[in-house]
Amino acid sequence: MPRTTVYEAVTQRLEILDLDGQVDAELMPEFDPNKILEFYRNMVLIRAFDNKALKLQRQGRMGTWPPIQGQEAIQVATAMAMEDSDWLIPAFREQGVMVLRGIPGHTIYAYWAGDERGSEFPDGIRCFPIAVPVGSQWQHGAGVGLSLKLRGEQAAAVVFGGDGSTSEGDFHEGINAAGVFKTNTVFVIQNNQWAISVPLSKQTASQTLAQKAHAYGVPGIQVDGNDIFAVHVAVTEALERARTGGGPTLIEAETYRLGDHTTADDASRYRSDEEVDQWRVKDPVPRLRKYLEANGLWDDEREKNLEGEARKWVDAQVEALEAMPPQPPEAIFEYMYDKMPPHLEEQMAALKAEVEG
Amino acid sequence: MSGQRQRLTIAQAVRDAMRDEMRLDPTVLVLGEDVGVDGGVFRATDGLIEEFGPERVIDTPLAESGIIGLSVGLAATGFRPVAEMQFMGFVYPAINQLFSHAARMRNRTRGRMTIPMVVRMPYGGGIHPPEHHSESYESLFLNTPGFKVVVPSNPYDAKGLLISAMRSNDPVLFMEPKRIYRAFREEVPDEAYTVPLGSASVAHTGDDVSLIAWGSMTRVCHDAAEVLAVQGISAEVIDLRSLNPLDRDTFIGSVVKTGRAVVVHEAPKTNGFGAEIVAQINEYALMHLEAPVQRVCGFDTVFPLAHMEKLYLPNRDRVVAAAKKTMEF
Repeated sequence: MPRTTVYEAVTQRLEILDLDGQVDAELMPEFDPNKILEFYRNMVLIRAFDNKALKLQRQGRMGTWPPIQGQEAIQVATAMAMEDSDWLIPAFREQGVMVLRGIPGHTIYAYWAGDERGSEFPDGIRCFPIAVPVGSQWQHGAGVGLSLKLRGEQAAAVVFGGDGSTSEGDFHEGINAAGVFKTNTVFVIQNNQWAISVPLSKQTASQTLAQKAHAYGVPGIQVDGNDIFAVHVAVTEALERARTGGGPTLIEAETYRLGDHTTADDASRYRSDEEVDQWRVKDPVPRLRKYLEANGLWDDEREKNLEGEARKWVDAQVEALEAMPPQPPEAIFEYMYDKMPPHLEEQMAALKAEVEG
Repeated sequence: MSGQRQRLTIAQAVRDAMRDEMRLDPTVLVLGEDVGVDGGVFRATDGLIEEFGPERVIDTPLAESGIIGLSVGLAATGFRPVAEMQFMGFVYPAINQLFSHAARMRNRTRGRMTIPMVVRMPYGGGIHPPEHHSESYESLFLNTPGFKVVVPSNPYDAKGLLISAMRSNDPVLFMEPKRIYRAFREEVPDEAYTVPLGSASVAHTGDDVSLIAWGSMTRVCHDAAEVLAVQGISAEVIDLRSLNPLDRDTFIGSVVKTGRAVVVHEAPKTNGFGAEIVAQINEYALMHLEAPVQRVCGFDTVFPLAHMEKLYLPNRDRVVAAAKKTMEF
């Protein structure tokens, strides 16, 4: 009775765009130059959107905000690979994907400024609300993927989470179920190396997060998450597989959170400036700009114009946020049930009377 | 076969409710551990997979959080999943999905997304099972806004309440009294019908004392009312049926009439839902009371293993004693 190898697996990593803005010609798909310009434009817009939120928070005009700086390539590439018929199930650091899916920027600001209407999305946008509990949303990705499959829709559920959330049971239960049912799901890990103060090395002994897919019989791939071309290729492949009955995919997009965990965090307590500087070199935004410049698609004037456009758009979001009338006190009660039960009617009346004095 | 009736157990009535509603509404799905080929460990989904196939009667991996997490995804995108927790004692891994997502989705999205999901959970003691198979956790869910919590005590209500639950646009926790799953049969209509959520029933009328209960304890109260009747005490049995929304008018009306009340539940006494019932009696019927309200409940202990479960569970004699205490005050 010999010992035999019953399972062996290989996990691939995909990189296309190097730090100098050069691409691997064999791996680079044929992108329309306008699409590449759109990649860049969107990254600049959401970076401005993120920076503005940080400023607003310091001014007391925003609540706790989770910065996305450094993670723009994953968010733009994924959003631009998705169709309107696909579902997005975000965690809480996907503001970039959400805004590119068509959720107004001021709505996303409103959530983090402390207003429930920040999860009241326009009709027709297939997006779950932000999931704060960490990891629970992985299961919804499996569930929505199963829903799409059962209805025979050629659409996918794209669910996001961070590296820390892969330690939660829900990550494993979600991918496991998705594998069993071959759901139309794309699992995207934004591995930004840090779960607040805990580095990936203390999160798991696995060499990669992508390899965890093997345990569930699901394809997995690691991509350079700061390489917008690589992310777009990996997500596009996974979406195609999900939409056409090929089942789920796990994508580990390796990136780095250049900012703090949230505005309530101070990352200097647990990581060095040297480490941050090493990752700043890999920043996805200047990296794509180098590509654009090398290919004659960009110059300083265009950059200046784009910056102006971004500022204008972001300012409009702030204006719209601050123009939102407050919710009436009844709004605390109104959305708890389809039909308000009598005990809530009473509590609502009491609060209303108190507020109205 | 309209107009026909059959004598069914609670377990059969639960099965028929799902069968009838699945015939009427193609978005209703059943999922859970062993609900398919096996027909459920209590046979409450018996025959469903044969009629509706594995795409609507789904045997899931053994993961409670996963069952509810999948259900949240399904419910938010157009299905009406009926998820089974094999025993209420196993619901803990699913609490995050239930509390953090199912109960809040409507509020969080200002009504844009809803979770029309039913979670069926056999609960309570009395069947001599292993550990973790006997718990009554309703108070956990009753202190978490966003759910409806429903507990039938007989086959007719079980079918009608479950159909209402499946038609509800809110998540409903449907607690099934497994101790009396097959204890007795009642006539149940063959066709689909509803018993409204949020409506208690006066299960037995009386004038002297109100016995307020739900689920399997309603049967205990019936037995106690019979004993009390022999002793010349007329007890009214209120079966709350739905704990949220709660039909306050019915049980307060009863207490106003009788002036005495005993609240009975299997869950531990301290902070059990009986405490809420007593508080509401204080708020709305205090001046009608002839005696302090009594509670007959489980002890504030871990639910004992099979040998001692009889000592733990509220029984007829304890309810009779508590009712007499209110009479003799």
